[in-house]
Amino acid sequence: MHISEGVLSAPVLVTGAVLTAAGVAVGLKKMDYEKIPQVAVLTSAFFVASLIRVPVGPSAVHLVLNGLLGLVLGWAAFPAILVGLALQGLIFQFGGLTTLGVNTFNIAAPAILCYYLFARGIAHKNSSVAMALAFACGFFAILLSSLLVALCLIFTGESFLQAAKVLVLAHLPVMVLEGVVVAFCLAFLMKVKPEILGATHAAG
Amino acid sequence: MHIDNFATGDSLLHRLDPRVKIVVAVLFSVVVAVADRYSCLATAVCLSLTLLFLARLSLREVFLRLLVVNAFIVFLWLFLPFTYGGEKLFSIGPLDATREGVIYALLITVKSNTIVLALIALLATSPVVTLGHALSHLYVPEKLIHLLFFTVRYLQVLHLEYDRLRDAMRIRAFKPGTNMHTYRSFAYLIGMLLIKSFDRADRIRKAMLCRGFHGKYYLLSHFELQRVDVIMLVIMMLLVSGMASLQWIILK
Repeated sequence: MHISEGVLSAPVLVTGAVLTAAGVAVGLKKMDYEKIPQVAVLTSAFFVASLIRVPVGPSAVHLVLNGLLGLVLGWAAFPAILVGLALQGLIFQFGGLTTLGVNTFNIAAPAILCYYLFARGIAHKNSSVAMALAFACGFFAILLSSLLVALCLIFTGESFLQAAKVLVLAHLPVMVLEGVVVAFCLAFLMKVKPEILGATHAAG
Repeated sequence: MHIDNFATGDSLLHRLDPRVKIVVAVLFSVVVAVADRYSCLATAVCLSLTLLFLARLSLREVFLRLLVVNAFIVFLWLFLPFTYGGEKLFSIGPLDATREGVIYALLITVKSNTIVLALIALLATSPVVTLGHALSHLYVPEKLIHLLFFTVRYLQVLHLEYDRLRDAMRIRAFKPGTNMHTYRSFAYLIGMLLIKSFDRADRIRKAMLCRGFHGKYYLLSHFELQRVDVIMLVIMMLLVSGMASLQWIILK
């Protein structure tokens, strides 16, 4: 899901950086000083969760969980993902400075959209409706992220078109996997600790 | 989990003021990311290799990092030579690779690796917390810095928590595979991790309130620019602006 340094054109990089700056500004404004430890600890939890290697057939993938992250953190997802990606860059040298804006936006924007689309639905009384919506949330977040990555490549140059198409198709199994994991995870959270959902943005 | 892998050492770059390193790293990355002239990129490659040499890091470790970073680049190599219009170079079956396509893919590979090498030499040679501290002196919003500090602080704690949960699963003979049971178990593992961190965050908040936290994080140590920092800053800025002028001002 990461776009490496040196691939994208300047207009794409600048657009990504500006959009991310705006998103992070909104996220920080909505996040009280009181909430910083909570957002930070949950950010670390998501970071650790993204290190799990989940087997899919002969290979294994890492989870992104941006749909779930959006549901739990709301607008704070923007600064949380920025910090997560910056740390990934600093700890694993994965991703760099000029792509930080684009990569953050590609993961955080779907998270925010999921928050608006699904935050109410997952509390549905009928548990199978709630689970279906949770699956849709996980699936949709990755679908949107991979589409955004594809768009970034296509806006950089038309020669990326084929690579972009394959990239989206290759993420199909990941979308299904994320949907399944988010559905189970939300069912678990609703049973054990429903207040965790929407806790960091209850006031806003 | 090990953070700060490259941060231990006593090279010139390890001792350099982190604010200087961040400023140079940002400008260097930006110039290389948008550059496309060979003269500029050749200078950039020389500069990043020099920095790597100055940082005296284990080349084996650096190489291993580069391999991981290049996964996306390898993926692009599968397409770019064949989808970029131009003069035919060679063909595999029905696919024609173009000279321009190969050059373009090569250009991206060089740019990407040059930037990552410079980032390893400049940024990975400081502990993450020190970099966060330096960022707060470079006008990055305070809340964001606090978020970074807290996240780094709890990353290792939560990784230990994760290890404990994973051990508990292993004791119960859990073997990951491609099946629903695996996915459900991982989902519950993640759910448990979130709940544990949620509770922990509440304890942290209360502990901080008890100690009189009111939204300000006091930084006790401050950086001081030494002469060597200023000299290095001037040299590196001159080189980066040299690269920029090779790209945009001096004609081919």
